[in-house]
Amino acid sequence: MNIHEYQAKQIFAKYGVPTPKGIMAESVEQAVTNAKELGGPIWVVKAQIHAGGRGLGGGVKLAKSIDEVRTLSEEILGMTLVTHQTGPEGKLVQKLYIEDGADIKDELYLGVVLDRAREMPVIMASTEGGMAIEDVAHDTPEKIIKVAVDPAIGFQGFHGRELVFGLGITDKVEQGKFIKLAAALYKLYLENDAEMIEINPLIKTGEGDFIALDGKMGFDDSALGRHPDIEAMRDISEEDADEREASEYGLSYVSLDGEIGCMVNGAGLAMGTMDTINYMGGTPANFLDVGGSANAQTVAKGFEIILKNPNVKAIFVNIFGGIVRCDRIANGILEATKLVDVHVPVIVRLDGTNAPEAAEILKKANIANVIAATDLADGAAKAVAAAKQAK
Amino acid sequence: MSILVNKDTKVIVQGFTGKEGSFHAEQCLAYGTKIVGGVTPNKGGTEHLGQPVFNTVKEAVSSTGATVSMIFVPPAFVADAVMEAADAGIELAVIITEGAPVRDMQAAKAYATKHNMKTIGPNCPGIITAEECKIGIMPGMIFKKGNIGLISKSGTLTYEGANQVVKEGFGISTAVGIGGDPIIGLSYKQLLAMFEEDSETQAIVMIGEIGGDLEIQAAAFIKENIKKPVVAFIAGQTAPKGKRMGHAGAIVSGGAGTAAEKMAALEEAGVKVVVSPADIGKAVAEVLAK
Repeated sequence: MNIHEYQAKQIFAKYGVPTPKGIMAESVEQAVTNAKELGGPIWVVKAQIHAGGRGLGGGVKLAKSIDEVRTLSEEILGMTLVTHQTGPEGKLVQKLYIEDGADIKDELYLGVVLDRAREMPVIMASTEGGMAIEDVAHDTPEKIIKVAVDPAIGFQGFHGRELVFGLGITDKVEQGKFIKLAAALYKLYLENDAEMIEINPLIKTGEGDFIALDGKMGFDDSALGRHPDIEAMRDISEEDADEREASEYGLSYVSLDGEIGCMVNGAGLAMGTMDTINYMGGTPANFLDVGGSANAQTVAKGFEIILKNPNVKAIFVNIFGGIVRCDRIANGILEATKLVDVHVPVIVRLDGTNAPEAAEILKKANIANVIAATDLADGAAKAVAAAKQAK
Repeated sequence: MSILVNKDTKVIVQGFTGKEGSFHAEQCLAYGTKIVGGVTPNKGGTEHLGQPVFNTVKEAVSSTGATVSMIFVPPAFVADAVMEAADAGIELAVIITEGAPVRDMQAAKAYATKHNMKTIGPNCPGIITAEECKIGIMPGMIFKKGNIGLISKSGTLTYEGANQVVKEGFGISTAVGIGGDPIIGLSYKQLLAMFEEDSETQAIVMIGEIGGDLEIQAAAFIKENIKKPVVAFIAGQTAPKGKRMGHAGAIVSGGAGTAAEKMAALEEAGVKVVVSPADIGKAVAEVLAK
């Protein structure tokens, strides 16, 4: 789960990570009131969406008067912001963050993520702040300092020294400030089951203070149960409505831009099904894992969500029945076609326990747009052909 | 032979009397797995599925001599259960539960490693040595005995792969579902080494997916150490960046962990890489015909 910048900064404040003063606004009037309260003389008007690259997309702007705060707020609030992380469709800006302007001398990068290879959190720092860290990692990997910190020993002095010497921070007072900040960030990461924390840019002011100018945080969904305060920060308007609806029914859904709807049990097979469709010259419209149960209700819900996408020309149901028997799934599919109006061809491949019985059930039902397939390759080929025919 | 488990392996179940634990333990018993007991706190001294129930793993181990534990406890209690198993001297913990917090698994795995306990999972179908011992939730009947070792991050792709291998006239020695979480126990590397040593295994199928770099590490390891033919499929060639595809670990972040880079590394290591899981069986027949 991701949160907004203004929420991340509330958490930073709890851990003593310095940030500029700012107040969230949901209307232009509120933005102006907030700006007056902050006092100026410079303000930053920032779009609050769950994606990076907001500045480049025109979602972060500097205001030098209250009038400018008003004009910029009118411009940004309600705009559809497109960044390299939102996809071409962009994201609607529904909240603003009005913040004090800061005196920027240097821009750095500081973040904490899980290092999957070393199986522990790694603190990443760079002198190349203000740029996409992916680009820095790609073009100048030597400019990223990585310090893995084993939670069994926690953040030690040497971790801090590796960071400041790696960054070339020579002033002793500045070293102390930076190390304190990095230690606080690590503590925040562990205590809140974060998945990713990123401060980009972390600025150094003319006085040699480090301030988090931005803040991005993501949390481990599996651990939200023990962090009700974090869970309360969820902004469902930032999430894909179909993905959210699917998850309420225990389905895992991701929409894609192709034509063949997929309904599969298991995440790996679901991806493999998309890959096979692509390999055979078709395009998958979605990823959908119906999980282990795959009964009439979940299948019906799956059909409903897939068919919301107007691009879908055929649906490929690919189930490998293990503990759940195929004959029961076949009945579930037939029942689901009664619950939902399925107006495109449905290619059904059922393999595993009781597969022959399932094939018999589908054959007997004799529904015009339900086509049985013998295996994965056969099913994908039939789905691709059906989608082409529908054009 | 086979790897890790066989017909003599003694298994206990943590979370024995719960709904999932009961159902799958019963299926495993029916398959022939030597489940010799289970652990559910406060139910010690009772009997379940004809086997004794204990309050602690220590008691279970000392009275049954079990070396493997199959773990079905709810996500929030997984780390506790894994560490208890390690502390009690269990040699292999098979963690089926999905949704354990990453931080918990980090600590649990570090502790298990310190106690020389191997782990499989979490969020996995388990391990099966065909026609001998099933420790997990896979449909046993599709795993006909044979000479192909199988390692997979995905449950249903394990079944798909095994099914195709069998349809081609071959069979499975041992199949291991290693799980789709960001931090998992035994990985390709260790299992590849075990299959290389196993006289019963002639070829290895490895099924990976986007996210992380375990498959890349495996490729480097295969190049140096594995003589037996390997067939690989990597799921998620068509997955968009930055989106989590069902499994907690299946995500391309910052452009790293793509299917393309994993496939290229494996091919470079001499692995027969297939583009669709539908080709796994045929590829196995091909590499064995050589």
